[in-house]
Amino acid sequence: MPGQLEFERPIEELAKKLDEVRAFMRQHGIDLSQEVARLEAELEQVTARVYGELTPWQRVQIARQPGRPTTLDYIRGLCSEFIELHGDRNFRDDPAVIGGIGLADGRPVTVIGTQKGRDTKENVYRNFGMAHPEGYRKALRLMKQAEKFGRPVVLFIDTAGAYPGMSAEERGQSEAIARNLLEMAGLRVPTISFVTGEGGSGGALGLGLTDRIYVLEYAWYSVIAPESAAAILWKDSTQGPRAAELMRIGARDLVELGVADGVIREPVGGAQKNPQEMVARVAEQALSALRELAQKPLEQLLAERYDKYRQIGVYSES
Amino acid sequence: MLKDLFYKKRHRYATVAQTDRRPKPEIPDEVPPRDVPKGLVEKCKGCGALLMARELQKHAYTCPHCDYHFPIGGPERLQLLLDDGSFEEFDAALSSEDPLGFPGYREKVEKAKQATNLAEGVVTGAGRIDGQALVVGVMDARFIMGSMGSAVGEKLTRAMEAALARQCPMVLFTASGGARMQEGILSLMQMAKTSAAVNRMHEAGILYVSVITHPTTGGVSASFASIGDIILAEPGALFGFAGRRVIEQTIRQKLPDDFQTAEFMLQHGMIDKVVHRKQMRDTLSAILRIHAARGWQDAGATGV
Repeated sequence: MPGQLEFERPIEELAKKLDEVRAFMRQHGIDLSQEVARLEAELEQVTARVYGELTPWQRVQIARQPGRPTTLDYIRGLCSEFIELHGDRNFRDDPAVIGGIGLADGRPVTVIGTQKGRDTKENVYRNFGMAHPEGYRKALRLMKQAEKFGRPVVLFIDTAGAYPGMSAEERGQSEAIARNLLEMAGLRVPTISFVTGEGGSGGALGLGLTDRIYVLEYAWYSVIAPESAAAILWKDSTQGPRAAELMRIGARDLVELGVADGVIREPVGGAQKNPQEMVARVAEQALSALRELAQKPLEQLLAERYDKYRQIGVYSES
Repeated sequence: MLKDLFYKKRHRYATVAQTDRRPKPEIPDEVPPRDVPKGLVEKCKGCGALLMARELQKHAYTCPHCDYHFPIGGPERLQLLLDDGSFEEFDAALSSEDPLGFPGYREKVEKAKQATNLAEGVVTGAGRIDGQALVVGVMDARFIMGSMGSAVGEKLTRAMEAALARQCPMVLFTASGGARMQEGILSLMQMAKTSAAVNRMHEAGILYVSVITHPTTGGVSASFASIGDIILAEPGALFGFAGRRVIEQTIRQKLPDDFQTAEFMLQHGMIDKVVHRKQMRDTLSAILRIHAARGWQDAGATGV
């Protein structure tokens, strides 16, 4: 089983045993249906237990599993027709961010997202989904284009963070993210974002100041990746699990903290177990949000967007 | 021993030229593209294959072996692009004057007219792609390198104003060596004039797609070619500001082979998409379709 996680082992072992018994039955013509039924019941029980009691760290591991749908998969699910557009008109086309125009349910949308690779080669090309400034600037160019033509924007976020490297600093990583926040706050079309896996800090927020934020069940979104937080707080990056517990980075936490607008349920065990199902659920949520937001007068949309972020934060005054 | 230290045997290595399996189209610099293939047999400049004229036509004037895109003129382009019989030409009679009394200019224009059967270096008009109305302009590199003088600038500006008046998208195929020397500052100002018209379209929310074809350089690349809402390009098309020779002489370095090609410019963020000539019509059709699709206002909140 590729990409199997440690805590999933009991499930995999039972499933394997079940397969063996079935094969034995077929081969020898012996009726073992009682044994099969017993194993099936046990498998169901164990599966429910394992995935029902996931720790925050285990969720992080699921969010990073290979085989989860990527932005391109979600675009294929959402759009009947899609034309990818490239480049920031400035320095470079960043393969870590993709974007373009398409038809969703027959209506025009601009779709943008970070793109992780499916294998090592593609990951090198995509820089593991970590964007350079030109990636954010391409996204902004496409968002301004969407604004010009009155198209809503759907964004998919799955990134460990904005690329932390010399090249990125030289070209103004901070400015690029900040500029996106500034422009997205005032973008005169509806915007929706989905955190589909990792929501790594400013790298995620640079595409995420939107009217609606939906988070997949096992996705995380935080000021920093848990192991990096551990490295900073306790000078020990192996303490990631502890940081994950403390930082409230999961989908439900994000809703409770007033950041996310909804959680999208994942197939049992995570999106990678049934990518098609996941893609369909996300597309459905996107369409329903697009329809809903289109009903709002522009001034109301912008005022609500301001309020959404205006209200985030906890403090006391005395 | 000591001698060995000083006269160490040099290893000799055979040097093997790095060969790209797919032959790259040769990008001539400041050499006028050849006429549209007229003979029975044409030799591909990309891979040297001999192609029958009819075969070439069937492949939209691209090489079926190496995808080299042969330069084509306005009429061929419009035929590949538009619905049959939908083209309605604008300003067919508009042509150049000789504002500076530049020696030999009138003759040069006259010769170009004779050779191309065109009045100027750009054909403009209205047409349809899959029934979708648009205003279209096609520059023709055979006409004094597709250079832009007052006439080209005026025709393009009028076409953009027509797109504004008709409230329909504008698609412009660029091919030009740049501003036309023989009209001096008036040529340069056509960059300003056309760009101001692009701004009018922009402010009115008119979709403007520029399509870079070989070669698009100088003043044309530094004005309306580079400011499309969407910029497409044909494979291998030269797209840049200064010519290769000028740059090489200035910096005294050899430039990479793919320098300023459409693919190079795509990597450097200047182009949205490189589109094979055979897919150009369908791609533009899809862009127009997405652009014209009904918005979300009446999609209705289903409350799912």
